[in-house]
Amino acid sequence: MRHLLSAADLSPAQAVHVLDTAAQMAATQAREIKKLPTLRGRTVVNLFFEDSTRTRISFETAAKRLSADVINFSAKGSSVSKGESLKDTALTLQAMGADAVVIRHQASGAPHTLAHAGWTSGAVVNAGDGMHQHPTQALLDAYTLRRHLVGDRGTTDTTGRDLAGLHVAIVGDVLHSRVARSNVQLLRTLGARVTLVAPPTLLPVGVHTWPATVSYDLDDALATRPDAVMMLRVQRERMSSAGGGFFPSPLEYTRGYGLDARRLATLPDHAVVLHPGPMNRGLEISADAADSPRAVIVEQVANGVAVRMAVLYLLLAGDGTRTTRTTDETKVPA
Amino acid sequence: MSTGTPAPASGGAPAGGTGTTVLGADDVGRALTRIAHEVVERNKGVADVVLLGIPTRGLPLARRLAQRLAQVEGVAERDLVGSLDVTMHRDDLAHHPTRTIGETYVPGDGVDGKVVVLVDDVLYSGRTIRAALDAISDLGRPRAVQLAVLVDRGHRELPIRADYVGKNLPTATAERVRVLLAETDGEDRVVIEGGAR
Repeated sequence: MRHLLSAADLSPAQAVHVLDTAAQMAATQAREIKKLPTLRGRTVVNLFFEDSTRTRISFETAAKRLSADVINFSAKGSSVSKGESLKDTALTLQAMGADAVVIRHQASGAPHTLAHAGWTSGAVVNAGDGMHQHPTQALLDAYTLRRHLVGDRGTTDTTGRDLAGLHVAIVGDVLHSRVARSNVQLLRTLGARVTLVAPPTLLPVGVHTWPATVSYDLDDALATRPDAVMMLRVQRERMSSAGGGFFPSPLEYTRGYGLDARRLATLPDHAVVLHPGPMNRGLEISADAADSPRAVIVEQVANGVAVRMAVLYLLLAGDGTRTTRTTDETKVPA
Repeated sequence: MSTGTPAPASGGAPAGGTGTTVLGADDVGRALTRIAHEVVERNKGVADVVLLGIPTRGLPLARRLAQRLAQVEGVAERDLVGSLDVTMHRDDLAHHPTRTIGETYVPGDGVDGKVVVLVDDVLYSGRTIRAALDAISDLGRPRAVQLAVLVDRGHRELPIRADYVGKNLPTATAERVRVLLAETDGEDRVVIEGGAR
């Protein structure tokens, strides 16, 4: 793995390996001393062209827990507001010796361009690009689902296990959601079954080609007893005017597609509720649902740090390009 | 202290595969039994002893030592043994393909005030043990740390010495020492491969 640009790039074995590594990283975060020396001397640049709280803080925490140096860059207050291009920004970062660039950009494909244009030699991690991909979010969702739903709900070791047989409903603004796109691909890779639930106006053209079934009715979808419900944020900033014509009114959206106490009660006992955050309380999810014991939304944030530690470790720790030493060769597992 | 006998070893019968077998299954068992008794003798019992095996092959060795200690001292085996992954503390991460991280598990209520006995299969450069010492300091502050290895093959690159040695095995750097264990490889055997022996 050289870069992490899309959830679709991960093979089943790679995806499970990331989750297993994340589990070991999570175990280190329960210790008194949470910091590990693993990436000492490496530099990670957080290149954020779009607003973000949890993803940026999560990557920053992950990099710092692994002892990497972190440089935070946000477009606001930088030379980008003076008109600097992505290329020149990337060349600047390269000159400063960035070993990894974590990029969030409003344009789909910006991380791919950064990784393949030769502007930077570091590893590129996609932290969300436009309406395209958000692979670390999908990985942390998969990790959260595995912890709760695989192996007798956390009582047995889940190392090496995928999500085979699970049924996940992804509900809401699929059209604008990179989280949904990444999750559909990754959950499929890991063997889970996905149902997308949204009004027709919030489903993208060509959704029938995705490896998922589509439903327009949330109550029908919940009646099929999914193991997990993933609520998506209604991305009003990507809709032109109030509602943007995607749905008649917020109240009507809530009636049709909001998760409230009544719908929560129809779920199977073991089912969990996920939300990538930030939540619009009262729109796609009611306070009852968001604060219920089934909601694992706060845990998703904690798992995000472990998953991002795992991704940074797997991308940065080993380096096949340097000369291999033979010392301790007897210890290298075959 | 170490009472490991110097090589050349018993049972130099050619192995099924390549290389020379320097320790057979019985030799491995006897070495572990002796180390177990040395641990008990040196620490005057096992009251505060925690065995931490370094994955991959240090872990089954630590479990076997714990079995023997449990028999000798009559304590519960699972309170004695844990595992310590040192991958994230290694100084050679950048020189190898990415390593898989193993599990770290400490029995009971941690290592604070305990005597930690690190257990590994082969002691060579000493770098794994240096990493392990760093890893332990992240877990807590043990009263003492001791080191038990099945094979000490020499060529230290750091000032590190084992307290308990199954066998001292002078080797050339071109040679390769492989420890095979029933838990991971289906049989107990120590083999030297390569080099002009």
